[in-house]
Amino acid sequence: MIRFLLGRLLQAVPTMIIVSVAIFFLMRLIPGDPAAVMLGDLATSEQVEALRREMGLSGSLPTQYVTWLSHILAGDFGKSITSGDPVLPLMLDRFAVSATIVVAAVLLATLIAVPAGMFAAWRQGSLADYGLVAASTLLLSIPSFWLGLMILLVFGMWLEWFPVIGYVSLHDDFRQGLMFIFMPALTLILVEIGPIVRMARASTIEVSRLEYITHARAKGLSEAEVMWRHAFRNAFAPTWTLIGLILGGLLGGIAVTETVFTIPGLGRLLVEAIYARDYPVVQGCILFISVIYVVVNLIVDMLYPLFDPKIAQ
Amino acid sequence: MTSQSNPEQAVVAADHLTVTVGPGGTRIVDDASFAIMPGSMLALVGESGSGKTMAARAVLGLLPTPLIAAPGSSIKFRHTELVGISPPALRKIRGEHIGMVFQEPMVSLNPSMTIGRQMAEGLALHHRRLGRNEIRERCLEMLKRVSIPNPVHCLGAYPHEFSGGMRQRIMLASVMLLKPDLLIADEPTTALDTLVQRDVLDLMVELTQENGTAVLLISHDLGMVSHYVRDVAVMLKGRIVEQGRSADVLSTPKHEYTQRLVDALPRRSAGGIRLARDAKPLVELRDVVIDYPGRARLFGRGEAKRAVDGVNLTIGHGETLALVGGSGSGKTTLGRATVGLIDPTAGSISFRGGQIVTWRGRAARLQREEMQIIFQDPYSSLDPRQRVGDIVAEPLRLDTTMDRKARYIRVREVLDEVGLSADFLRRLPHQLSGGQRQRVAIARAIARRPAFVVADEPVSALDMTVQKQILTLIRALQDRYGFACLFVSHDLGAVEQVADRVAVMQNGKIVEVGSRDDIFDRPQHDYTKRLLNAAMLLDRRFDGVAAASAI
Repeated sequence: MIRFLLGRLLQAVPTMIIVSVAIFFLMRLIPGDPAAVMLGDLATSEQVEALRREMGLSGSLPTQYVTWLSHILAGDFGKSITSGDPVLPLMLDRFAVSATIVVAAVLLATLIAVPAGMFAAWRQGSLADYGLVAASTLLLSIPSFWLGLMILLVFGMWLEWFPVIGYVSLHDDFRQGLMFIFMPALTLILVEIGPIVRMARASTIEVSRLEYITHARAKGLSEAEVMWRHAFRNAFAPTWTLIGLILGGLLGGIAVTETVFTIPGLGRLLVEAIYARDYPVVQGCILFISVIYVVVNLIVDMLYPLFDPKIAQ
Repeated sequence: MTSQSNPEQAVVAADHLTVTVGPGGTRIVDDASFAIMPGSMLALVGESGSGKTMAARAVLGLLPTPLIAAPGSSIKFRHTELVGISPPALRKIRGEHIGMVFQEPMVSLNPSMTIGRQMAEGLALHHRRLGRNEIRERCLEMLKRVSIPNPVHCLGAYPHEFSGGMRQRIMLASVMLLKPDLLIADEPTTALDTLVQRDVLDLMVELTQENGTAVLLISHDLGMVSHYVRDVAVMLKGRIVEQGRSADVLSTPKHEYTQRLVDALPRRSAGGIRLARDAKPLVELRDVVIDYPGRARLFGRGEAKRAVDGVNLTIGHGETLALVGGSGSGKTTLGRATVGLIDPTAGSISFRGGQIVTWRGRAARLQREEMQIIFQDPYSSLDPRQRVGDIVAEPLRLDTTMDRKARYIRVREVLDEVGLSADFLRRLPHQLSGGQRQRVAIARAIARRPAFVVADEPVSALDMTVQKQILTLIRALQDRYGFACLFVSHDLGAVEQVADRVAVMQNGKIVEVGSRDDIFDRPQHDYTKRLLNAAMLLDRRFDGVAAASAI
């Protein structure tokens, strides 16, 4: 078990190295000298030279990479060109906002979608099953920005239940904070329920055909016990992977939803930085998002033995 | 006994049981009546699709949707009517009074739950007074009873840590733990090796007789059934066509279908041994060793597993050499290596005096013209998206001298040889029965008129009567085209029908080679004797005596 966890942890190291190399060279692909590009047209050659030294741009490419990486590892992501603030605290602040919404949304979507999918599988071919499949397919096909706008229109403008613009952190004022994250979270829940229902349904149907499910019924267990004790754990593994992918994906970029609801999250920071050609922020965000993606999937993988004891051996 | 005795005393009595696909749909089980007395055994025998499994499942109310027991059907368990019983009342009977063991040991235990929890579940459900320690004690005792080594460890282990035979023992243990009045066993040993099969059946008979449990055994294997069970009911297309004592049914079958089943029981083919026409062997294996590399670890690899350990064998032109052994003996690995699909770790394999080529390229292509393989499972060995005509034509495409028309003529010819009409050309594999698929696989193998064919358990996935047809077909094709055959099998019944010579394999080594009659009539090695014993071929007594002698 420990061996499996350690092994999986070590496997993430090369992935991270490749990601960092890719991002490093991606920024070098921008035509011209990064320092000159950052400072714009009006910079003097002394200013450019100073920035080059500061950014570690002198020396060969491998040397530059090592310098850059050692800064990153020390938590130094550079400074934003537009505001002059250090990039790391800026990203962490914005990430906290996105993460609150995303984690709450994915958690709730899972709690709704997995039982719904299992129920549909249990009643396969019934009206309830067709209804659930149709509803999840419909939700799956709606673009998130449109759904966000509709929610904004209904709950914000017509019913005036929730504030339409702005954001208050849960940390500062819990009740106010909930008011602000309700609509974006609802959008994400509705969008993500579709794939989770379908996956949970498909894998439960597959597992239900196996003999150990019939065996469990032949023991005299009730249907609820059969489904939860015997079907759930064996059917959950693929859904778990999917949830991990969704979580990793959303944590890195709900730029559209954040823009619709004017939420100051990580996705919007990245979009703003791209428009402003704020390269240190862009580079920092991409790296940060990649790390989150890898880490979330790492955690998902490490929890896999809970559903399949074979994996840990 | 089943038909004449008073159904009032029966543990379970099915009366005019009919199972249909939805109300008024196709009849899967058609007006079947049978009864089992306390402590006795009844076997439902039939081929796949005969409805035997559904008849048994109906007893426990475990019919898969949309199957239902039709109105007018009755299944009485003691004095309780089971058709139309309320789900809670049925759940009280399931497990405690009627237990069931399943066919596939690989999927009949929950893979994500420890053995201990799965065993305890039934006891905890039906005997609520029992404490945890008491349950644990009973489980341990039962595991000891079914000879599981280290029962304490077993309780905390997961199913994948055990072999198929062990899992089937554990399954029996967990069902018999509740001492049910009736045990339904659905092909409990079909997926197991000959040797293990015998052990598990003996154990099942012992356990049920100890507890006075009646048994409803479902099987396709008339020979096996006759050994263990006194009463038998033969099913065909949902109907019970013949019912009575197994000795009578086997010795004087009345229904035409039962006669066919009895005919399909393995019998030694006449004609005996074909001698190799050419003194020089076609295939020669010398000191062949094959290792499977261990699992890749983070640093380095786990220990290698030796699958084949120093094998010397020759196969002459036109002869059939059977390679016999239990699962894990290395016979399949060796079979694949002889056609160049696996590289031997050491030693040499030669074909027509030249070294076998195991990699791609021109030399391999030329060699593979002359050698082919037929696989065990016709459900996965044919590409599901290719039509029969394309499947059979594919090996012919490698022959540059054949144009489209010549290929088409050859495909028609070969299909005809394996007994399939031209109608099959456009069909897809899923539109064929198991036997028809295996015929297609054989057609594909012989399409280029090879000199050597490896047949890897070609009939073990098929019904008895179909097995017989396929074995006869292979033999007839061989007589016509004179190809040599390496017939890999664990089924001595099949081997007896086709082999000229037999090689017995155990733990990667050949322990005995000889002519078919020598091996079957005068086995020398202890392992060969055990295999023959377990195969229930030597003492063809059809009276259920083995069941009586087991206790």
